[in-house]
Amino acid sequence: MMQINETLTLENQLEKIGSLLLLGHRFVTMTVVDKGEEFDIFYHFDLDYKLTTFQLVLPKGAELPSISGICFAAVIVENEIQDLFGITVSNLAIDYEKHFLLAEDAPAQPFCRVPGVGITAVATDGKGNMTAPAPAVSNGGDK
Amino acid sequence: MSMLVPFGPQHPVLPEPLQLRLELNDEKVVSAVPVVGYVHRGLEKLAEQKDFIQDTFLIERVCGICSFMHSMAYSMGIEELMGIQVPDRARYLRVVWAELHRMHSHLLALGLLADAFGFENLFYTIWKIREEIMDAMECTTGARVMLGSCCIGGVRKDISAEQAKFVLEKLNNFEKMFKRSSEVLMGDYSVKERLVGVGVIDGKKAYELGAVGPSLRGSGIAKDHRMTGYAAYGELGFEPVVEKDGDCYARTMVRVRELYQSMTLVREALAKLPEGELKTPFKGNPSGEAAVRVEQPRGEVLYYLRGNGTDKLDRLRIRTPTFANIAPLLTMLVGCNLPDVAVIILSIDPCISCTER
Amino acid sequence: MSKAISKSPWVVHFNCNSCNGCDIEFLACLTPTYDVERFGVLHVGNPKHADVLVVTGSVNLRNRHVLKNVYDQMPDPKVVVAMGICPATGGIFADCYNVVGGVGSVIPVDVHVPGCPPRPEAMIDGIIEAVGILEKKRAGLAVDPPLLPVKTVKGPAPAPAPQEASEKN
Repeated sequence: MMQINETLTLENQLEKIGSLLLLGHRFVTMTVVDKGEEFDIFYHFDLDYKLTTFQLVLPKGAELPSISGICFAAVIVENEIQDLFGITVSNLAIDYEKHFLLAEDAPAQPFCRVPGVGITAVATDGKGNMTAPAPAVSNGGDK
Repeated sequence: MSMLVPFGPQHPVLPEPLQLRLELNDEKVVSAVPVVGYVHRGLEKLAEQKDFIQDTFLIERVCGICSFMHSMAYSMGIEELMGIQVPDRARYLRVVWAELHRMHSHLLALGLLADAFGFENLFYTIWKIREEIMDAMECTTGARVMLGSCCIGGVRKDISAEQAKFVLEKLNNFEKMFKRSSEVLMGDYSVKERLVGVGVIDGKKAYELGAVGPSLRGSGIAKDHRMTGYAAYGELGFEPVVEKDGDCYARTMVRVRELYQSMTLVREALAKLPEGELKTPFKGNPSGEAAVRVEQPRGEVLYYLRGNGTDKLDRLRIRTPTFANIAPLLTMLVGCNLPDVAVIILSIDPCISCTER
Repeated sequence: MSKAISKSPWVVHFNCNSCNGCDIEFLACLTPTYDVERFGVLHVGNPKHADVLVVTGSVNLRNRHVLKNVYDQMPDPKVVVAMGICPATGGIFADCYNVVGGVGSVIPVDVHVPGCPPRPEAMIDGIIEAVGILEKKRAGLAVDPPLLPVKTVKGPAPAPAPQEASEKN
């Protein structure tokens, strides 16, 4: 089972993570879980093979301050979170503006659970086929 | 005056589509920004739609190079959530297949690196040696790439005494053949010319940027998640392989030495293979949260699983090693010459398919 | 000239959205154990040099432009070989939100090699098949459309049982 070592708030997030990094912890990654009304954001750190996890509960619509200023390693995962969950991360060191993994015409925020948002918002043609822009060349009975 | 040069996505030395936007000052790289998404499928979302037993086979296809280790990490996560005790024989068999996978992956990486610095002969020789390992995997599981042998609660296939003999034979062949190639990799003038002092990153910087696997161990930091003793690693003797210099040569040497280490581990695991069941039967659905880490050829992978008591997982998150190694890669590239970019990229052994899932 | 092409087809490999399984098997084809070069096949990096395009993996929303680009740059006559089940139908990833479908939805495919991943021997067979088609195209003969290994299913398809999934290996 995963242990949550501490619960952060938006106010003390940078300070707590900064002091953990000073203790020699290595940034592992961030995980986001959509709980419907709010997001669970986990920051995972490692020291001597022990995983330390901080939790931050973020209401939907709120901005998440980036930690890439104090921990550059987080910049990639924060961009991924912007893409997949539609969370706006402020003060990113490199900002791909929600098109890090996803192309311009991809469904926005595909990992969100609210009906009508994310992949549920993609139009279908009634047969379960996504109405993606028409392919350039059709090939026999392939599509 | 600096200019922007796109490197990729379709590039002769890259086996996978990855674009790097390089800012160049004459021939020197000033900065590099990755552009990814060419291999993004949305596998984590698909895993939420399939049930957790089907996911074992889906997760194998996160990456075709370390497929067994992905399914092993996932199975370990579910076993932790459901409190399943894996039988001893299964734990040892997992080590055998995981280490065979590490060997084929390292040989693949070394071969591609040789190709990147223009040593075609070495590339072909190393890939020929790799076939010995592929034969060992095919003999024991029936498949060369997607083994499909790991399942929740244990393993699906057994290694008989005859098969074990075949594997050991293949390992002997490997040892004989790789001895010559590793001498070239370690000592040849032209190899050193391309690798020594290229793409240097010091240990402190690599650690801060979250590097894992050979990229971290090549910079003098002994971090190998196998040391925590998951599967049967706790009962097998080994030490993490460390090199100090932090350049492409050091990272290559880590891989060369790990190949011998993996060979010893497979031999030891096969020698100690206990008798018994292959699989623990289980009932019910996973619930709760678990974070599991496994050392893959490229570094540690983190699986975060959240079950909600139904047969579908609430969330599955995979942080693959290359994902963690991208930030250090961007640092390694700064200040290098344009012809060295390919070598530096391949020295971290990138797996873009893992990274984007 | 025609003889030169059919005796020595130049192949460009494009990894579309693959999990790497097919890519490493295709690379293994080029190396001494399987040695596809004995048929004169040469692996090149530049699509403008190539006669055969080998595609692995399904098509996603970002790389379909790249795939189309690579295909358009190849000189005529050209043959497309789809390696594995993903470029045929999307394979196990067909239901993913970012996956458009098989390679056939973007460019015409001439040869499908089924498998997850196909064995190197099957891949070599696929390339030899492609050489035959290349010769036909060169001579201006009609070419039969390829047989798809499985019908394309998009949307909520019945999920395979775990045993079936593993037997695909």
